Amino acid sequence: MLIFEISKKDRCNPSQAPLEKAAVEKIPDRFRRKQRPLLPQVSELQALRHYTRLSQQNFSIDTHFYPLGSCTMKYNPRACNRLAMLPQLLGRHPYAPETTGQGFLACMYELQEMLKDITGMAAVSLTPLAGAQGEFTGVAMIRAYHDSRGDTGRSEILVPDAAHGTNPATATMCGYSVREIPTGREGDVDLEELKAAVGPKTAGLMLTNPSTLGVFERHITEIARVVHDAGGLLYYDGANLNAILGKVKPGDMGFDVIHMNLHKTFSTPHGGGGPGAGPVGANETLQPFLPVPVVTHEGGEYRWLTEISLPHSIGRLSAFMGNAGVLLRAYVYARLLGRDGMQRVAEFSTLNANYMAAQLAKAGFQLAYPDRRASHEFIITLKQLKDETGVIAMDVAKRLLDKGYHAPTTYFPLLVPECFLIEPTESEDKDVLDGFIDAMTEIAAEAKDSPEQVKGAPHTTPVRRLDDVRAARQLDLRWRPRD
Amino acid sequence: MSQTPENLKYAKTHEWARLEDDGTITVGISDHAQELLGDLVFMELPEAGTSVSAGKECAVVESVKAASDVYAPVSGEITETNAALADSPEIVNSDPYGEGWLFRIKPSDAGELDLMLDAKAYEQAAAEEDH
Repeated sequence: MLIFEISKKDRCNPSQAPLEKAAVEKIPDRFRRKQRPLLPQVSELQALRHYTRLSQQNFSIDTHFYPLGSCTMKYNPRACNRLAMLPQLLGRHPYAPETTGQGFLACMYELQEMLKDITGMAAVSLTPLAGAQGEFTGVAMIRAYHDSRGDTGRSEILVPDAAHGTNPATATMCGYSVREIPTGREGDVDLEELKAAVGPKTAGLMLTNPSTLGVFERHITEIARVVHDAGGLLYYDGANLNAILGKVKPGDMGFDVIHMNLHKTFSTPHGGGGPGAGPVGANETLQPFLPVPVVTHEGGEYRWLTEISLPHSIGRLSAFMGNAGVLLRAYVYARLLGRDGMQRVAEFSTLNANYMAAQLAKAGFQLAYPDRRASHEFIITLKQLKDETGVIAMDVAKRLLDKGYHAPTTYFPLLVPECFLIEPTESEDKDVLDGFIDAMTEIAAEAKDSPEQVKGAPHTTPVRRLDDVRAARQLDLRWRPRD
Repeated sequence: MSQTPENLKYAKTHEWARLEDDGTITVGISDHAQELLGDLVFMELPEAGTSVSAGKECAVVESVKAASDVYAPVSGEITETNAALADSPEIVNSDPYGEGWLFRIKPSDAGELDLMLDAKAYEQAAAEEDH
């Protein structure tokens, strides 16, 4: 129910109203409203109950296990939130002079340095506002590099068919055409197909490693050599950085530019459209093209570097320098973990994924890549269950809600039929993982004995199964009053 | 089990093609493809007069699960698109080989049709992909 639907004419909440009436006299008449805005008219108690009820209907990481593959829905330590919300940081104006913001600039500088270290890059810019903007930045930098050399014949970006949909979208937005590279049986990029595809048109390759298939690309150094020999550059999609944090550096794998999703790997709240943070790192070749501003530390002072000192920069991505609140949370998180802690993130997220994969296989589920060790996530295919019982992956996903678990990512990657992409993250303990495995086992048994119970799920959530087909065909995005 | 009529030609990328009496080629997506995609909710079809080349993407079909490119099975010029799909994309789910056709191409080289798979070869390719 929307708050508008409990609204009644002339009901109000005077105790919460502003003390002073806003001064509008100076606004020219033609800019002033002629009609009252359609705001809900409710009492204080009604508003309180409405939003409390909504929050109780939420299915979130704060209330439930949330193994949404490729999204890294891990715990966001409360300390990160608390420190990022210190009044001195919250109240800082982006136009405040550098001399009064040395503390904030020091945090940003240190975050740049830590991200450089963990990714093996020469320099980092924190300014991209989200993962998608980080991707765009990376490919725009590749373009700026080729252009700076007068090498303008390169028109193609290579993207493996297992990639996130954002990769081809990014390449297209940067004016490149996309060439898809197939994946081999065991989940690695098909090297022969890659060799056949590279050439004078190749601007670069976009790769996620570990890939969205939940496996580490074993031929990465060979891939890097093939692309570099053809004159192309390598872009690293940091979506799955969690699996290798402190273990392998993308710089050592041969990548030239990389984006990181701080809202995933560095544990700041995400989902629901942001805010995010997608810093980019570059090696020495691409460093001059990084977006501005970046923070520098010279003569004991921190200050911004802009287009003036970095003339080859691709420019600015927002009015200021990224989502400061998200960056601060990531900074605190990195400081809390330290170098050893980062390695434990990779170890435990990978251990949890492999434990779950092994237990689910024991319980009769089919792993999509049974011969490969999982990274921080893995894929099961429910095709056999569908063939035997008619119950599809989406039904199992909905039934999991009844049992108190958010469903894993369904039907992605597209290469695997009826799939679940499961990412437990390092923040869950064994009891939780076992509970999920038991729930999956129960649902598989229900699919055989009482399939209707699974197909009709969820039965216990505030809303039952939504008609997503009708929702997509007949968009209903805006509330209107009934006449 | 999905249907694969014997009288059509198929692409590995799940399009079907049929040579009409007037020399144009009607194109749609296979029953197997619509089944994999699930309920379709949106189509982006090329305008009549657009030039297309064999193996290049020329349309997009979107379902509740995924958006997927449709590749032109032969080169040529689009002569007509199925206008009914704009409001009722679900026709492709219910009748992929009939009312659910996507567009017609006037081929620049009708011989390209012979390079496509027959029903049996397509079924085999689809089964292999479906590992």
